[in-house]
Amino acid sequence: MTEVLEGTQQGPQARSSSDTEPFLVVEDLTVQFPTHDGLVQAVSDLSYSVGLGETLGIVGESGSGKSVSSMAVLGLHDEKRTRMAGSIRIGGKEVVGAGDHTMRKIRGNDAAMIFQDPLTALHPFYTIGAQIVEAYRLHNEGNKRTAKRRAVEMLDLVGIPQPDRRVDDFPHQFSGGMRQRAMIAMAMVNNPKLLIADEPTTALDVTVQAQILDLIQKMQKEFGSAVVMITHDLGVIAEIADEVLVMYGGRAVEKGSCKQILTHPEMPYTWGLLGSIADVTGDTSKPLVPIPGTPPSLLNPPTGCAFHPRCVHKDKVPDGRCNSELPELRPGIYANHLTRCHLPDPDAIYESEVKEVVM
Amino acid sequence: MFGYILRRLVAAVLVVVVISMIVFALFFLGPSNPAAVICNANGRCTPERQATLEHALGLDQSVIPQYGEFVKGVFVGRTISVGPGADYDCSAPCLGISFRSKLEITELLKDKYPATVSLAVVGGSLYLLIGSTLGILAAKYRGSATDRILVSSSLVFSSIPYYLVALLAWLFLYNEYRLFPETGYFAVTDNPVKWASGLLLPWLVLGFAQSPQYARFGRGSMVETLSEDFIRTASAKGLPRNKVLFKHGLRAAIVPIVTIFGLDMAFLLAGTVFTEEIFDIDGIGAWGLDGIRLLDFPVIAATVLVGAIFVVVANLIVDIAYSFLDPRVRLA
Repeated sequence: MTEVLEGTQQGPQARSSSDTEPFLVVEDLTVQFPTHDGLVQAVSDLSYSVGLGETLGIVGESGSGKSVSSMAVLGLHDEKRTRMAGSIRIGGKEVVGAGDHTMRKIRGNDAAMIFQDPLTALHPFYTIGAQIVEAYRLHNEGNKRTAKRRAVEMLDLVGIPQPDRRVDDFPHQFSGGMRQRAMIAMAMVNNPKLLIADEPTTALDVTVQAQILDLIQKMQKEFGSAVVMITHDLGVIAEIADEVLVMYGGRAVEKGSCKQILTHPEMPYTWGLLGSIADVTGDTSKPLVPIPGTPPSLLNPPTGCAFHPRCVHKDKVPDGRCNSELPELRPGIYANHLTRCHLPDPDAIYESEVKEVVM
Repeated sequence: MFGYILRRLVAAVLVVVVISMIVFALFFLGPSNPAAVICNANGRCTPERQATLEHALGLDQSVIPQYGEFVKGVFVGRTISVGPGADYDCSAPCLGISFRSKLEITELLKDKYPATVSLAVVGGSLYLLIGSTLGILAAKYRGSATDRILVSSSLVFSSIPYYLVALLAWLFLYNEYRLFPETGYFAVTDNPVKWASGLLLPWLVLGFAQSPQYARFGRGSMVETLSEDFIRTASAKGLPRNKVLFKHGLRAAIVPIVTIFGLDMAFLLAGTVFTEEIFDIDGIGAWGLDGIRLLDFPVIAATVLVGAIFVVVANLIVDIAYSFLDPRVRLA
């Protein structure tokens, strides 16, 4: 399961060498949380990679493991409460099992993260400037003045008006969009080669969403970073991602180029996601098609395919394999497309039965 | 900022005025007659003598002139007459005279307050320090054996009534084994060493007995803060764990602790009754208790009023401190 995604320049042979492998490589990552009720299997056997300048979109419902897996990349889980297996390499450096000292050098420097709600993610009692300065000085030499100049520069870069004045403002004095810009400025202050954005636009209104996505893309061009965009919004994916990874129940269920996933999805869960988007340019009286049921319990995941209890197509698979056998993540019909589904010819079903409803 | 403080100050003064009215009204409507108390205290009490006393004290007037007289005393002073030929000058700010000792209440307050302030400030700081340090440690090692021991032992400690702790400490640590010097209050200006040695045991008892409360409160506040998103952001920046805990965590967790401490301090300053009684410290709490025992109304009224003023002032200080601690309040 160490396949290379379409768009990465390196071939499979180059994997072993850290010089040429993609900047972020996640291999067979498993994250589990022991709790009083049992073991929460938050992420199971997840593999993906992102090269510099590329954007990977990770899509899924709440509890699909998308945030947990990306927090694992920065080693942000409490070691005592988390069981991790597999491998995560950032620029060739192994993260899983790495000590706090190693992780501190990676965090905020090689890899930075922006979060969903910029109001709660920024410290309410420190100025925006102080928080950016702190991030800068952690990984750079230089006195407070240079750091502050750098903070003003960054705020200017992310489009904060009058950055030299606003640098001394507190987060509550910024609007939601500006806070997220400041958050991005703080994340990018050390030119990280990897930016993980965990639902960066979810807490923002739609017009600001588009600006923030543009800003992330601008930053990516400016710094040539690899970007992991976590979202449940396929609209965001369509706008920003090169590659898409669909997660369900802690596993990758479909993977491919953005265009492939949006036009030829091969997994019923992805069909469901596409079906539940409002199409404002089409027939607005057409009802949205929700995915029936609720996300699976990660304490007691369903047997077989995690999606089978909610899948309307499971009867098309003989012998009830959907609820007895976990499908492999295998190549789909189109190139560089992976899917975890027992359906023999998903594209045909999609074309004949689903597409009408979805589009 | 200045306007905010001014507004709060005006409000504080109004609250004190209202409290003084309530205290006054309570005594006016109360079942006991001060004239009868004085009359009985001075030997044989005839109805005539009591009526003369009532007139001299102004008790035969209606409530508003009486309150007016009281307020006048606070600002310009007044002469208080307890019977014919027994006039006492009470200079401003006058809160009346003690019926027992016939001394001015304000003088007595000045006399008693240093003891209570010494006790409250050091004892309070001690439990703030011990308690919140333990609480923060427990939060840092949350879920570990350290945490469980701290939490459960603090529960055991804080379930013992304070007066019992104080009494046992006095009995064993001082009376029985003399592990501590004699307790009592000696003016700090006269002999600082004696001052400290006399208050050592009460400080420690106060500090240790109240700290479990702060340990639990500090732990709760810290645990809550550590689950905030901005803590995760601080970690994601690459900050070392201790900096995440103390610079980012404690900075936010300290705010509610300061609030509680401010109010606690006010109650301590209003009179640490048990501590003063048990350790024989001549402070405001013991004095107020005496006042109640002897039905010395001006003393009771003064302790209530001064206690109320402390609470109001503490509230004001907490609010102002808040605006320094939390920038979101600053500009509101």
